[in-house]
Amino acid sequence: MWFTVLAGALGCYALKYVGAAIPESFLENPLVKRIVMLLPVSLLCALVAVQTFAADGSLTIDARVPAVGVASLVLWRKGSFILVVLSAAGTAGLLRHFGLAS
Amino acid sequence: MTSTTASWESTRSDILRKALSIGVAVAIYGVSFGALGSTTGLSVPQTQALSLLMFTGASQFALVSTIASGGTALTAIAASWLLGTRNAAYSLRMSPVLKVTGARKLLASHLTIDESTAMGLAQDEKLFEGNASRLAFWSTGLSVFVLWNVATFIGAITVKAIGDPKALGLDAAIAAGLFALVWPQIKGRHTLTAAIGGALIALLLTPVLPAGIPVLASAVVAIVIGWSWSKQVDV
Repeated sequence: MWFTVLAGALGCYALKYVGAAIPESFLENPLVKRIVMLLPVSLLCALVAVQTFAADGSLTIDARVPAVGVASLVLWRKGSFILVVLSAAGTAGLLRHFGLAS
Repeated sequence: MTSTTASWESTRSDILRKALSIGVAVAIYGVSFGALGSTTGLSVPQTQALSLLMFTGASQFALVSTIASGGTALTAIAASWLLGTRNAAYSLRMSPVLKVTGARKLLASHLTIDESTAMGLAQDEKLFEGNASRLAFWSTGLSVFVLWNVATFIGAITVKAIGDPKALGLDAAIAAGLFALVWPQIKGRHTLTAAIGGALIALLLTPVLPAGIPVLASAVVAIVIGWSWSKQVDV
C-alpha cells in the first residue's frame, strides 16, 4: 500500500512541477500564451459544470443545480464571495433537509 | 470585487478572509477523505501521507475509491495521476504570476491546486504589481493545506465524517465558490467561449468517459480558441 501511496503522490507532484519548470520564454510565443491564459478558464468552468451536474458518471439534476443557480444570481447582483458560497450551501442544505431534492 | 482604488490593507484582509473560508469549506471534505481512507485498507499514516504529499483532493479520492472498489495498485496510481494532470496546466499558467525560483518554486508547485489557482487568477494581475494575485495564491494554498491535513487526521482517527458534507450543501458551495472565482476571469468573447465550451464538453463527455477525463478534455476548447484567436490577430 505504501508503494501505491508514494508512487501516486510522486506522480501528482511531478505533474504540478512540470508546468512550473517550463521556461518562461516558452510563454513568450503569442499562440502559447493565449492558450495558457485560456486553459484554467476552460478547466475550472468544466470542473464547476461537473461538480454541479455530474454524479457517479452520469448527468443529473439535484439540489446542486438550484443551489448554484441561486449563487449565480447573488454573483450577478455583485454579492460578496462569502454570500455566494453561503447561498449555495443554504439552498442545497435546505432543499435536502426538507426532502425536496436529493 | 476589489477595485483598483482599494487600499492594500483592505485588499489583503479581503483576500485572507476568502482564503480562510475556502480552507474551512474544503476541510469538511478532508474529514470525509480521512474517514474514507482509513476504512478502505489504508493506515492512518498512509491516509495522512496522501494529504501531505499528494495534496490534490480529486486525485486522493480517486486513489482511495479505486482501492475501495477492488482496483489494483496500478489502476489506483493511474487514476490519481489522471486527475492530477490539470494541475500541470495550472502551474504553467501561475508561473509568470508567481515569479519564484528554487525552494519557493518547489513549494509553490506543491500548493498548485484548483482553489489556489482560481483565487490567484481571480485577482487583477496588475493590482499592486501582482502582489494581490500572489497573496491570493499563497494564502489559499497554505490555508487549504493546513486545514485539509488537520481535517484528514481528524477523519482518519475518528473514522467518521463530522456531518455529511452534502447535508450541509457543501458540494454546491464548493462549485459556487469556484464559479465565483472564475467569474472575474471571464471578460470578452474568447474567455466566455472558453468557459462555456469547456463546461459543455465536460458535460457531454461525462456519461461516456471515466471521471477526470471530461474535465481534462475541456483543455481542447482552450487550445482551439487560442489557435483561432491568434489567426484572427495575424490577419
